[in-house]
Amino acid sequence: MGLAAAFWIMAVVMVASALAVLFLRNVFRAALALILCFIAVAGIYITLSADFLAAVQILVYVGAISVLIILAIMMTREVQQGNPVNKLEIPAAVVAVVLLGIMVYAVTNTPWSISAQAPLSPTTVPLATRLFSEHGFILPVEIGATLLLAAILGAIVITREK
Amino acid sequence: MTIGLTHYLVLSAVLFCIGLYGALTRRNAVIILMCIEIMLNAVNISLVAFSSYVVPMLLTGQVFAIFVMVVAAAEVAVGLAIIFAIFRHFTDIDVNNIHLMKW
Repeated sequence: MGLAAAFWIMAVVMVASALAVLFLRNVFRAALALILCFIAVAGIYITLSADFLAAVQILVYVGAISVLIILAIMMTREVQQGNPVNKLEIPAAVVAVVLLGIMVYAVTNTPWSISAQAPLSPTTVPLATRLFSEHGFILPVEIGATLLLAAILGAIVITREK
Repeated sequence: MTIGLTHYLVLSAVLFCIGLYGALTRRNAVIILMCIEIMLNAVNISLVAFSSYVVPMLLTGQVFAIFVMVVAAAEVAVGLAIIFAIFRHFTDIDVNNIHLMKW
């Protein structure tokens, strides 16, 4: 019962703040709504007993990515210009609603093979074992590290003054 | 009514479509990046839901969600760097006015 209540609260907060990102006129307030959406996603992870991912969500999204986005909004001085839309508003709405209908239809009509076992909890040690053990994901981890290094260097090179 | 896998997948689909609509219609480049982040979060929710309902002992969905987060962090760093460069060149980040490559 508590899990269901937590799920519905997080779901309502998440969808409402995602809609606020779209429809708030002030871009800075839209960024704050995006942070609220990220926090609600972390709450959804906790209801799925993914505690490590919830902590990473708070650290990476709420801590780092939102600061970067707010920095970009401040640097580009677009706060007063608002949140204008282009000419594709109605076709894009139709596409989004049709895609949503297809996905909901597919999800509700698929017989998922739900496992009877309860999910692992806590997940930090099993995740580390999966990531770093011999038959785990050590090569993708190294590739991810290289990708992050390349992204940092690329960001520095692109933004550097001539 | 207990919360099951379907609830999480429908929630993820709703969030993805909100992000898709925003990424297609907004003209502010920073808002477009924010909508792409919303879409990546929606995908992560469905991955974690599959992980804990279908293969609760394997955690492969959560491992995949971690890699999605890594790529999202790299994407937002490079994306905002590109927006800075465009802003310095055009003093504008309205994507309707940035049509150098449009014939």
